[in-house]
Amino acid sequence: MSTQDETLITTEVSSGRTGRGDRPDETVLASRGLDVHYGDERALDGIDVDIPEHKVTAIIGPSGCGKSTFLRCINRMNDQIDACRIDGDLAFHGKNVYDEDVDPVALRRKIGMVFQKPNPFPKSIHDNVAYGLEIQGYDGDMDARVEEALRGAALWDEVKDQLDGSGLDLSGGQQQRLCIARAIAPDPEVILMDEPTSALDPVAASKIEDLIDDLVEEYTVVIVTHNMQQAARISDKTAVFLTGGQLVEFDDTASVFENPDDDRVEDYITGKFG
Amino acid sequence: MSRRNDDPSTDAPTDNVSTDDPSMDASSTDSPVGNDAARRPRTDGGVDTGTDTGRGEALFADVDLGREHLKNRAFLAVIFAASMFGVLVLALLLLDVITDFYVGITEFEIGLVQFFTADGSRRPERAGFMGAIIASVMLMALTAVLSFFIGVGSAIYLEEYAPNTRVTRLIEANLANLAGVPSIVYGLLALAALVNGIGLGPILLAGSVALALLVMPIIIVSAQEALRAVPDGVRNGSYATGATKWQTIRRVVLPSAMPGILTGTILALARAIGETAPLLMIGAIFVNRTPSGPFDRFSGMPTQIYAWAAEPSQHFIHLAAVGIVVLLAILLSMNAVAVLMRNKYETEV
Repeated sequence: MSTQDETLITTEVSSGRTGRGDRPDETVLASRGLDVHYGDERALDGIDVDIPEHKVTAIIGPSGCGKSTFLRCINRMNDQIDACRIDGDLAFHGKNVYDEDVDPVALRRKIGMVFQKPNPFPKSIHDNVAYGLEIQGYDGDMDARVEEALRGAALWDEVKDQLDGSGLDLSGGQQQRLCIARAIAPDPEVILMDEPTSALDPVAASKIEDLIDDLVEEYTVVIVTHNMQQAARISDKTAVFLTGGQLVEFDDTASVFENPDDDRVEDYITGKFG
Repeated sequence: MSRRNDDPSTDAPTDNVSTDDPSMDASSTDSPVGNDAARRPRTDGGVDTGTDTGRGEALFADVDLGREHLKNRAFLAVIFAASMFGVLVLALLLLDVITDFYVGITEFEIGLVQFFTADGSRRPERAGFMGAIIASVMLMALTAVLSFFIGVGSAIYLEEYAPNTRVTRLIEANLANLAGVPSIVYGLLALAALVNGIGLGPILLAGSVALALLVMPIIIVSAQEALRAVPDGVRNGSYATGATKWQTIRRVVLPSAMPGILTGTILALARAIGETAPLLMIGAIFVNRTPSGPFDRFSGMPTQIYAWAAEPSQHFIHLAAVGIVVLLAILLSMNAVAVLMRNKYETEV
């Protein structure tokens, strides 16, 4: 059983990941010795990761291993949690985002996020997408930007006739793509995705996966996923976290899945653990 | 067993005849809540006896649920009666008022046109309710303005900003206590501070301050509940898009919570419009004309009704009955608006 899984993954890695590897890697986000504590509990333990530009970096690992915590550190969404304490460096283009002079609101305008559960605002589809631009005081051609973002999220053709309809009337998969459109409308550099397909059916999930493949032309994507096949299909780099908030392996996706250095990673990937 | 169950249509008639379970007979005769409840135990029994060869009967013979089912029905009857009690009392109340209303219109020939267009008067045949209605409307408008912004403001602070500290909990405990303070105490406060303290006299503004203080805790608590009902995912979506806290509250949280906040406000105002004690306390009674503004003396609908009902003349007492019908109609329509708003918006958020 486990060997079969392994073969399945390996095939998809080699077929899916071609052509994007020729760009030189430029690091957008770099964490050095990143520690996170919730109260007395350690959630992340000395994480060192370099996330390359215009690539999909997948973060995988069992539940409670700190994947989402790491993602939420990048755009400082953990600031919302009182008991959360963060040590170490997390550099965005070389600037530590936890420096005193970094405004988390400004940071989040450059680093967008898509959540596990689709969370459109109870507003019209148009207003959902326009939200990020409106709060930034954008006064150009809003309709054009909304259309561009909806096209970018592969949703335009499905909703172009109902832009004034509520975002909540869409199906789950459409809502999630609406959230992606909302995230890309203000044109951030990085898009963080926290298990964006885990609440969706397989068809909707595969649409999102295709979309991520396109998004990476313009954005840097960091995606947390429970689904190892998904990580293998869509990512260029894979970071494997294991329980205790430790990063046990970070490398090109193909080598993580085909030839992991760490035995624990091999066990996890082949389903013996986690 | 399976062969018999394959053909329920032939089994069904014999089931009912062969039934000797006493609980089932009871359920078919005594069915106060309608067919659904009565039908359910019968189908259960049908399946039971559908296999009533010797083996099937023995299967459940050791389980005697007759007494338990009886208890169930007895309990249901008691709680149904309890809930009907409120309906009955309201019906009696309405019957009493409407009888007086009818007698007033027929025997005392109270014309509704005059009732709505004339001010109060010492002479019952010339007395109307217009001054009181307009006074109450002005009173409600002022109360709404005074209580809404302060109430919603403090609800936003408590829900969105306040850290979870001892001070915050103290404020919340205080609010809960304020909501339980008898309304006459607010009247006393307005009398001491505004009417006599700074010498405003028994004016409309003093009355609306007393009522605003009275309903503010209700508005705060209902606004807090409405804010709490906005899912955190929506807040996080806004923050992650690069919105500040105030942008998130102003553009996402408040619009989602507004139907709930307005519903709570309307219900609170509906309570305020019927309040008599605070108005009596500040002396808003025995004024028979329409107030010209917030600094004029006034008598609201409840105090006008109170004054009329205290008159010895039967004509005045029936005027009071007509006034009560008008007040109740306004109150019920305010509640209806609140319910309609809640139904309209609760599906959308």
